[in-house]
Amino acid sequence: MNRKAVNWSLGVGAPLLLVALWWTLSSTSTNTFFPPLSIILERFQALWLFDHFTSDVLLSLRNLLLGYALATVIGVGLGFIIALVPVARWVLDPLIHFFRGIPPVALVPIFISLIGFGVEMRLLSITLAALFPTLIATVDGIRSVDSGLKDVSAVYRLTRREKMVQVYLPAAGPHIASGMQVSLQVAFIVMIASEMLGSSQGIGAMTLLAQQSFMISDMWAGILLLGIIGFAANLLFEIIKNKVLAWYVGSKRLARTA
Amino acid sequence: MAEANVSSDATVRLRVDGLAKSYGTGDKAKVVIEDLTFTVNAGEMVCIVGPSGVGKTTLLKCLAGLQPATRGQASIDGRTISGPPPEMALVFQDYNRSLMPWLTVRKNLMLPLRHLRLPAAEAKERCDSALEAVGLSHAEHQYPWQLSGGMQQRVAIARALAYRPEILIMDEPFASVDAQTRFDLEDLCLKIRQDFGMTILVVTHDIDEAVYLSDRVVVLGSKPAKVLKIVDVDLPAPRDQITTRSLPEFARQRTDVLSLIKRPA
Ligand SMILES: Nc1ncnc2c1ncn2[C@@H]1O[C@H](COP(=O)(O)OP(=O)(O)O)[C@@H](O)[C@H]1O
Ligand SMILES: [Mg+2]
Repeated sequence: MNRKAVNWSLGVGAPLLLVALWWTLSSTSTNTFFPPLSIILERFQALWLFDHFTSDVLLSLRNLLLGYALATVIGVGLGFIIALVPVARWVLDPLIHFFRGIPPVALVPIFISLIGFGVEMRLLSITLAALFPTLIATVDGIRSVDSGLKDVSAVYRLTRREKMVQVYLPAAGPHIASGMQVSLQVAFIVMIASEMLGSSQGIGAMTLLAQQSFMISDMWAGILLLGIIGFAANLLFEIIKNKVLAWYVGSKRLARTA
Repeated sequence: MAEANVSSDATVRLRVDGLAKSYGTGDKAKVVIEDLTFTVNAGEMVCIVGPSGVGKTTLLKCLAGLQPATRGQASIDGRTISGPPPEMALVFQDYNRSLMPWLTVRKNLMLPLRHLRLPAAEAKERCDSALEAVGLSHAEHQYPWQLSGGMQQRVAIARALAYRPEILIMDEPFASVDAQTRFDLEDLCLKIRQDFGMTILVVTHDIDEAVYLSDRVVVLGSKPAKVLKIVDVDLPAPRDQITTRSLPEFARQRTDVLSLIKRPA
């Protein structure tokens, strides 16, 4: 209990301390590239709350969420098929290993030339890039389901559907979750990159535009917002993961202390 | 041929007929079971004893339809086993690999019952009585990994009991429980056979346990496995941990079995 309290106060305190430090150290700054935090925050409020909120912030977030959700559903679904259908495995395995080797951001220019600068391009980039970590983790997770559990499912004659939903999916859950966490980071990176490379809308585009027009405070405000979004998204993911996989977290903790 | 056998085998439930099993093929084939033949009658309790590594688990996996026999066959009521039979439940030796770690004890019991689509009240009643029978009612909301090995094995047994199979097969089910619990579970076995008329096949390496539980003991020996002898145990019913085990007859039977196993091959 006590340790938890300490951890929490460290988790909250350290960033606050950093912000305070940033505030005091930058307050008298005359360096154009490092404006005072107070000015950045002013610009932050002016830009994002709530001028460009719907036009850019919400747009970026919507792309991120939609692309990530699609990537997760397709990744897990395709992962099941590849892990369980031998033919699919022979056909798709080499293809996947080829694509996973390409850095996700490098895919963006291809999409721009293929489908232009629209929202579809950004969504597709995010989905496709975020697909692979989840897909590969799902395949791994299902292939490593304990044969003991498979035998139990067979003895009690579970149907194929019951096996999928009630045995394979939960058993592969920890694998899938770590894949999804990587996917989330990739989706976030590609969201920003796709906006910077091929768009005039979105947080990424606004930030780059600010930099190119020497509005350094605006640029910092954009980076600050991106940082906050990335941090919040990861935190949310952790909270949900620890809730859904409470059994896994608990058993691991017990195994460590025992 | 099957027709002719029906009347004479009216009480035979499980028949193992010239069963052989090897792992791998060709030069690398490893013969684990050479040739096994025995039967288990309806409502009978049969124990299989044999040294570890002889192929007992391999045999049970063939009986449960989890893997095909290389030669010969096993059948239930004259039907050859080619996949997991609906009337059978199997309690595995590796208890820690046979329970779902993401489900609580009660939900582990419910998993096969949900497949059976029982009315909720009946499923609940079966879970309650199975947990009660293995003495784990208090642990129903815990996860398997929070329990000791012996308790986990009892959960696996409870899951099989709640399923109410006609034929129950258990692979060294009491190896990891303490002596007191072991006696209780042995008596539970005798009781469920009585109450539900289950046909029960238990693998054990404890000879006393085999003699105490069984109507017959199948003694396996030598690698690859074959039946050394089938010993009829005629100890009076009802059996009791104290009186039955102190009978001179009990001592004689266990010496019989022991001498078979100890005999140099
Ligand atoms: N899947 C398998 N592949 C190859 N060899 C196996 C396999 N399963 C068991 N064996 C071998 O078969 C032999 C008998 O094993 P097992 O049936 O587990 O014995 P028991 O249950 O009597 O201790 C052992 O030598 C074991 O190594
Ligand atoms: Mg074994």
